[in-house]
Amino acid sequence: MAEAQPHILMCPPVFYAIEYEINPWMNRQRQADHDLAVRQWNGLFAALSDAGAKISLLTPVRGLPDLVFTANAGMIFRRTAVLSRFRFEQRQGEEAHDARWFSDHGFEIVPPPPETFFEGAGDALFCGEDLFAGYRMRSDARGHQEIGRRLGVRVIPLELVDAYYYHLDTCFCPLAPGAAMYFPPAFDEYGRTALRELIPELIPVEAEEAEAFACNAVLVGRTVVTNTGCPRLHAALAERGYQPIETPLSEFVKAGGSAKCLTLRLDGEEAAAWRTADED
Amino acid sequence: MNGKGSSVAASPHVQEVEISGHIIDSLILPKILDAISARGGTFRIDRITIGQRRSDPSYALVEVQAPSDEVLREIISTISDHGATPVGDVDCRLEAADIDGAFPPAFYSSTNQRTEVRLDGRWIPVADQEMDCGVAVDPQTSTARCVPMSEVRKEQLFVVGHGGVRVFPEDRREGKHGFEFMNSAVSTEKPKGVAVRQIAQDLHRAKRDGQKTLVVGGPAIVHTGSVQHFSRLIRGGYVHKLFAGNALATHDIEQALYGTSLGVRLDCGDIAEAGHEHHLRAINHIRRAGGIRKAVEAGELNSGIMFECVRNNVDFLLAGSIRDDGPLPEVITDVLEAQRQMREQIRDVSFCLMIATTLHSIAVGNLLPAWVKVVCVDINPSTVIKLNDRGSAQTVGLVTDVEPFLRALVHEVEALERSAAS
Repeated sequence: MAEAQPHILMCPPVFYAIEYEINPWMNRQRQADHDLAVRQWNGLFAALSDAGAKISLLTPVRGLPDLVFTANAGMIFRRTAVLSRFRFEQRQGEEAHDARWFSDHGFEIVPPPPETFFEGAGDALFCGEDLFAGYRMRSDARGHQEIGRRLGVRVIPLELVDAYYYHLDTCFCPLAPGAAMYFPPAFDEYGRTALRELIPELIPVEAEEAEAFACNAVLVGRTVVTNTGCPRLHAALAERGYQPIETPLSEFVKAGGSAKCLTLRLDGEEAAAWRTADED
Repeated sequence: MNGKGSSVAASPHVQEVEISGHIIDSLILPKILDAISARGGTFRIDRITIGQRRSDPSYALVEVQAPSDEVLREIISTISDHGATPVGDVDCRLEAADIDGAFPPAFYSSTNQRTEVRLDGRWIPVADQEMDCGVAVDPQTSTARCVPMSEVRKEQLFVVGHGGVRVFPEDRREGKHGFEFMNSAVSTEKPKGVAVRQIAQDLHRAKRDGQKTLVVGGPAIVHTGSVQHFSRLIRGGYVHKLFAGNALATHDIEQALYGTSLGVRLDCGDIAEAGHEHHLRAINHIRRAGGIRKAVEAGELNSGIMFECVRNNVDFLLAGSIRDDGPLPEVITDVLEAQRQMREQIRDVSFCLMIATTLHSIAVGNLLPAWVKVVCVDINPSTVIKLNDRGSAQTVGLVTDVEPFLRALVHEVEALERSAAS
């Protein structure tokens, strides 16, 4: 079976700026350089295209600066998109735009479980057959379990204990079924133990590189795209046969996001077992 | 209230929570339990269901207890973040059965513990408590009762999910059964005299208070030569109902008619001439007479357990099995019908003595609510273990041969009677 071309959703940073503060990275006094942000976004776009990805674009909307972070638009499972419900009202305006895009592009829409917050692929990542799901900061544990029931997959809720790593994709990145990289201090002992038990090959990321958003990486095939400033992780990845690529994303780190946050994989992450499994 | 060792009823600072999902592999359950302890609370796992397949979620119902309301609220708030949801603040959900003989797919499966369901904001007790049933609710009369699968009727409303359901487990730590000396459910090592004396006291108390004692018996009562002891218990008014199979009744009647049990003479242990035919001739005799009761009334059956049951108005129920000879006319050969009649008859039972039968003991154990005391006497410890494994955790086991047990029991019961009379 020929593999389909990797397909990614991005949103150009036309209206991107630090307009509010909803995570410890954000500071309106430390504004993003807009021109530089656009150049960096283009750099990421080029890196992913070069790696072989097809990229679709979500239309930017004035007043929704964080719409660039498409990872939070929803979570994809086969042709189903589980929509997000943002914890902070500053981002709730994004929900309708995300929903429209998914429905216009043939996805079956599943609303998030009632009375729970859910921030899409930012907090829910498949590694093998399991859905690893971050909670407490943005998404709710109960909602994750509901989604697992709905989709018929095992959910491993992981409590996020460090406000700087407020989404799971800022401290955990699946590489392949059974392999992932993570920043251990972002989890408590229960979470670390669960990860160690369930993922045989775990690459720990050091604090300095985690702060450079090393874990917020995008995989296209064996290519791993990250922000600059993660040399030790890149060495570890190269040793394991991956092709790490760095592209500067400093202006997005100011808002608490990097490569992964700026993308949503529409045909399933590389590590998701269902992507290559036969549909039943 | 000092709160020490308090139970649901005694402590107001109690809240049941449900935790569902993949709570074992993700360590969410231990994390929640640790969080309860770390904040000064205690917990009891009332129910846990582990998902069988990888994608199947697990479920735990946990009772959180705290020394004060403030601590309780703090604990609940903390564990809610991990996905625990307080139960009891919602009504139970009802769904109509769409076909006869099967529950709606998401039916709540009952336990043998005292249960209540919430309807229109009010907790109502569930009647006919029995494990592995559905809970049928009649909103018109505000009543709920356990209904077995085979008796489900289309359109009947059943509780689905766990919301709005609360269960009050019997506290086995309090020695409510009066068997404090037996810390383990199966006792092979402990002094049997003490156990027998306590069982005698229970029989005596039930008789005195007008409660009903059920005996579930196997044919070993006859084989071991215990008919005379058992007959004395019946005559003494200590047995109010007898559940057994074709074998106990057949061997008892064989002994009454021929003096043998499966052809073996019970007085000397010799094998009687053509004795192997005796049990079949006994069945044939009773079938020709039109049944056990008629044989007694016609003066053809004049001794033994079945004779005593008829004479002393002890309700007996004989449930058939696939290997039965005959069977005797009173044997109910439709198992569902036998179950149905057993259900009817156990409603007023307060004490149950199971003697030397695995099949019938488990069948009855499945039907009894958890608050009925059960004593299981068997030479084989596995019978008691099986009963416990199947959820009849209120069972206290005594591993011993039947004959010395019944002889000692009669002795103790009659001693109690004499001391009560004097």
